[in-house]
Parts: sequence; structure tokens; C-alpha cells
Amino acid sequence: MGLEEYKGVFTFAQQVDGELGSIAFELIGKGKELADDLGTEVTAVLLGSNIRGLADQLAEYGADHVIVVDDPKLETYRTEPYAQALAGVINEYKPEIMLVGATAIGRDLGPTVSARVKTGLTADCTSLEIGQFPLNAAPENAKQNQLLMTRPAFGGNTIATIACPDNRPQMATVRPGVMLKRERQVGAKADIIDFKPDLTENNKYVEILNIVKDVKETVNIADAKILVSGGRGVGSAENFKLLDDLAEAIGGTVSCSRAVVDAGWKPKDLQVGQTGQTVRPNVYFAIGISGAIQHTAGMEESDIIIAINKDETAPIFDVADYGIVGDLNKIVPALTEALKNHAN
Amino acid sequence: MKIVVCIKQVPDTKGGVQFNPDGTLNRAAMLTIMNPDDKAGLEAALRIKDATGAEVTALTMGLPKADDVLREAMAMGADKGILVTDRVLGGADTWATSTTIAGALRNIDYDMIITGRQAIDGDTAQVGPQIAEHLGIPVISYAEDIKVEGDSVIVKRQYEDRYHEVKAKMPVLVTALSELNEPRYMTPGGIFDAYDNGEVTVWGRADLKDVDDSDLGLKGSPTKIAKASDKVRKGAGEKVTLDPQESVEYIMSKLTEKHVI
Repeated sequence: MGLEEYKGVFTFAQQVDGELGSIAFELIGKGKELADDLGTEVTAVLLGSNIRGLADQLAEYGADHVIVVDDPKLETYRTEPYAQALAGVINEYKPEIMLVGATAIGRDLGPTVSARVKTGLTADCTSLEIGQFPLNAAPENAKQNQLLMTRPAFGGNTIATIACPDNRPQMATVRPGVMLKRERQVGAKADIIDFKPDLTENNKYVEILNIVKDVKETVNIADAKILVSGGRGVGSAENFKLLDDLAEAIGGTVSCSRAVVDAGWKPKDLQVGQTGQTVRPNVYFAIGISGAIQHTAGMEESDIIIAINKDETAPIFDVADYGIVGDLNKIVPALTEALKNHAN
Repeated sequence: MKIVVCIKQVPDTKGGVQFNPDGTLNRAAMLTIMNPDDKAGLEAALRIKDATGAEVTALTMGLPKADDVLREAMAMGADKGILVTDRVLGGADTWATSTTIAGALRNIDYDMIITGRQAIDGDTAQVGPQIAEHLGIPVISYAEDIKVEGDSVIVKRQYEDRYHEVKAKMPVLVTALSELNEPRYMTPGGIFDAYDNGEVTVWGRADLKDVDDSDLGLKGSPTKIAKASDKVRKGAGEKVTLDPQESVEYIMSKLTEKHVI
């Protein structure tokens, strides 16, 4: 395989029901940085049915090119034909890097496509950069311009940096909410390429009998600038009122730890952590949260972490910028009052 | 009907994480368990067995001591176990793991293969779909429910804000979520049986069908580890013990200092 034939950074622009997810723009943002380091350009790959109109949005967030595969077979996500389409794009256009979101779609599409085009795939990356491999070799003995993919493993207890030196494209799935979008440039245009890969039906086509959407009101905690997060120490579903009031006073959103979801006090979509969402707000209040590693893995990138816990040995104090040992039932309402007075 | 469940023996990272004094992970002190998603997949297979009399085979790839996890599967009700173990298979990434397991599966008949969605040590969720790709069969990931209907399976496939009810003709590979069910316990009789009479077949490199050496083990892995380290946790900041009013003043001063308010 002539590795030097492979050029450019490609990103999968995930859309569902004709709407692009935030991850599509996050990947372009990161892809653009990598492309700048490599002296190349970023291409968004848009798959779906009647979705060509979304290409302009991808351009506004930084895509230089958009490859569009518009086909009725791609109306609703199924592993096949989406894998046929993405593998078709890779085989035709030969990118050196292919980024996919680590979503419920991407973590199915990514492995299938990587196996089909015979390359490596690094899962759920939280950092991507261009560098040499091996890291510590003299430059003349190392391969340059490699994608170095960093990811947590062991439930967030270890981190590994992975390279894919001998196969192309270098593929990664990227954790949602971690990479930064670029500022939207209204009116920016990309070069749009319509591509028609072979989408012949085969034994791998499954039939969708039914689509059931969760109708619950969704609060996206990953977008919040201030999170007021509660744990088991809050004590009851009713007592979360203290956190609701604080959130309202400071203009934040309530989230929670896994214990709270397991106890049935709050829904799963408010859960922060390894099995919930990764968040990085400007301010994260950890209230009555002990700070198990599965929780801190999802919030330790927050700019400012303020922890309130009565147990002075709670591990949350190891990641908190400001830790207050004390009774949340007394401190939280008083803090809410102080914020209200401050606003007036 | 024949079901193969792929299971992995993993260190128990939930609750029992042990650290050395220098802050690195103490792997030797950690217990091993059957990976939770795989266990849910096994339970799903056993429920189909209870209902229809399907034959359930548990398959694992690992060190010789992974025999234990197959005995556990048999003590829960699996009919037999297959252990794929060989030095040359060590150090495999998800590509080389999936080519190995696909090579083993080509030796046996199956209508359905069930894998866990992901293992708690690697958290990649890649091996299941990659096995399906090597075998040329459909994959349905993230199963919340699995039903057999004639020559098809009907799976509730989970997404972030919805699920799809998906139907596929067998043979098919399904990846199971731990939300799928509450796995049964081993029975005491089952444990004795699994160790005394349980049938575990051991396969090495030579038993893998239609796989090149260049696709196996560390050498056959496209991804290479450039650097691995136990996570250096962010240093602790300040910690204060004050009365409630002073605590509030302290927080307000920090929020002001950082221009939050």
C-alpha cells in the first residue's frame, strides 16, 4: 500500500432526521487543526437522504470540502448501507485521517468500516495531535506526521496514546463534547462533491420495523456553562430542590452522579461520568458527590470545580479547585441567597 | 438452534480499583470477572435456550487462566466452552482480536453470535462489529432486547434518544448491553458440573481457519501503543473547613475572582 497516496483529513458528519449533531462540527473543528499541522484540508463526509442542504452548515463550521452521498437507502441509519457508503468514500478519495464521532452510530459504523478497509481504529479518543512515531526516537528514525490518538481505558484509570503507522486511513472515534467547534462563519462556502458509491443490497441489510423516540424533555448537560451536580449525599429526590434553586440563582443546569440515577432521583440524561456524559463547563459544583473515578473521568476537564462534601476524605477533593468541607443542607441555601442578593 | 457467546475475562474496575502508593494502578491486586456486557449476552442466550432448547457455546480468547470464565459460563448454563489461547495471539488490538475470533468461529456452526457491546478494560466496542465484518454477516449493536422469530432475530437497538426495532435473518451477530437483563447466578450443582464434567476445547493458532499470520497478535495489529500511563490525576486545589456563612463568603469570593459573577 502506498501510504503517501493517502491525503487529507476526513470527518464523518453525522445527521439524524436531517439534523446535524454537534459532534459533526466538533470533528471539523479538530480536523481543521490537524489539517493545518499537515498542510492539508478538511473534508466532511455527509451521508443520508435529502440532506444535501446541510452541506452549507458544514462549510460554515470550517469544512473545506463536503462529500455528499444522498440516497434513499441512507434515510435511517443502518450499519449496512452506511458502511458501504463510508468505505466507498475512503476507497475512492483515500484520506490519511478519518474521524468519526464515538456515538451510538459511530461506534458501530467505525469498527465495521475499519475492518472493511483494513486499517486500525482507536476508540473514544479525547485528544488528537500530529507527531512522530515512535515518540522518543531520533527524528530520522521515526515516522513523521502521524496521528497520535489519546484515549482513556480501564474505566478512566489509565490513558494510552496510540498510533497507526503502517495502515491508512488512520481512524479514530472521538468522544462527543471534548473537541471544540470553530466559530461559525455565516456564509462560508465549501466545495461540494456528489458521490455515488455502490449501495447494492446484500445479506447484511437489516429491516427496521419500528422507530421509537424517547419523548422525554432532553436537557443537554454537555452544553451547560455552569453545572450544579448532586450525588448520593443530597439524600433524596425532594432535596434536589436545593440544587434546583442554586442552579436558577446562578444561571446553571442541574446534573448528577450515577448513584442518583440508580436511586431513581434523576433521569439518566443528567448523569455525568464514565457511563453518563462527559462535560467541561466553566464551573462545576460537585455537591454531596464522593468523586469515584467513574464520575471524575466525566468532569475533571471543567475549568473550575467547586466541591461541597461533609466527608473531608472524599476523593472529589483531589480534583476540586475549591473544596469546602461542610453540610450542603446549610451551605447550599445560604449560597443561593447570597447569589440572589448579589444580583439585586 | 446454535448460539455462540463471546466472553472476556477482565479486571474488575468497578469499585475495586486499587492504586499503588505512587498513584499507579495495582493490576495484580484486582480481581477478575466476566465482563458485564458479555454476561448479559450470555444470559440472553440462556433465556433463548430455556425457551427453545438452543445449544449455547461460550467462547473466549485469553490466557490459559481464562478457562475460569468459561467454567463460570457453564455453571450458569452454557453447554460447552472454547478457549482460544496461544502466545502468538498476544498483544492483539481490536483488528487482530477480531480476526482471531472470526478464525475460531469459522470452525463451528452458529445461527447467532452474541458479544458484549464493550469490555470494561478497553471500552472500545469494536470487536463485535469487526467479527461480523470478517464473517460477512449482519451486526446489530447495542441490543436492549433480543427475540427469536422463525429464522430471524428481532432486536431493540438502542441509540441516544431512541431505539429501533430491527429484524435480521440469521446468521447474525448481536452486541449486548448490560441493561438487557439481570444475569442469573451460578448454581452450586452447576459449579461442580462445570469443573468436573464441563467440556472446554482449547484451540491455538493452528486451529484458526482462513487467517493469515500477518493479521494476528501484536505484529498483526495496525494500531500500536506509543505511550501508556496510569492517569495522573489533576492536583488537588484548596480545601477549607469553615462554618456555613464563611463557606458562602469563600465561594462568593472565588466566583468573583474568576469573573463568574
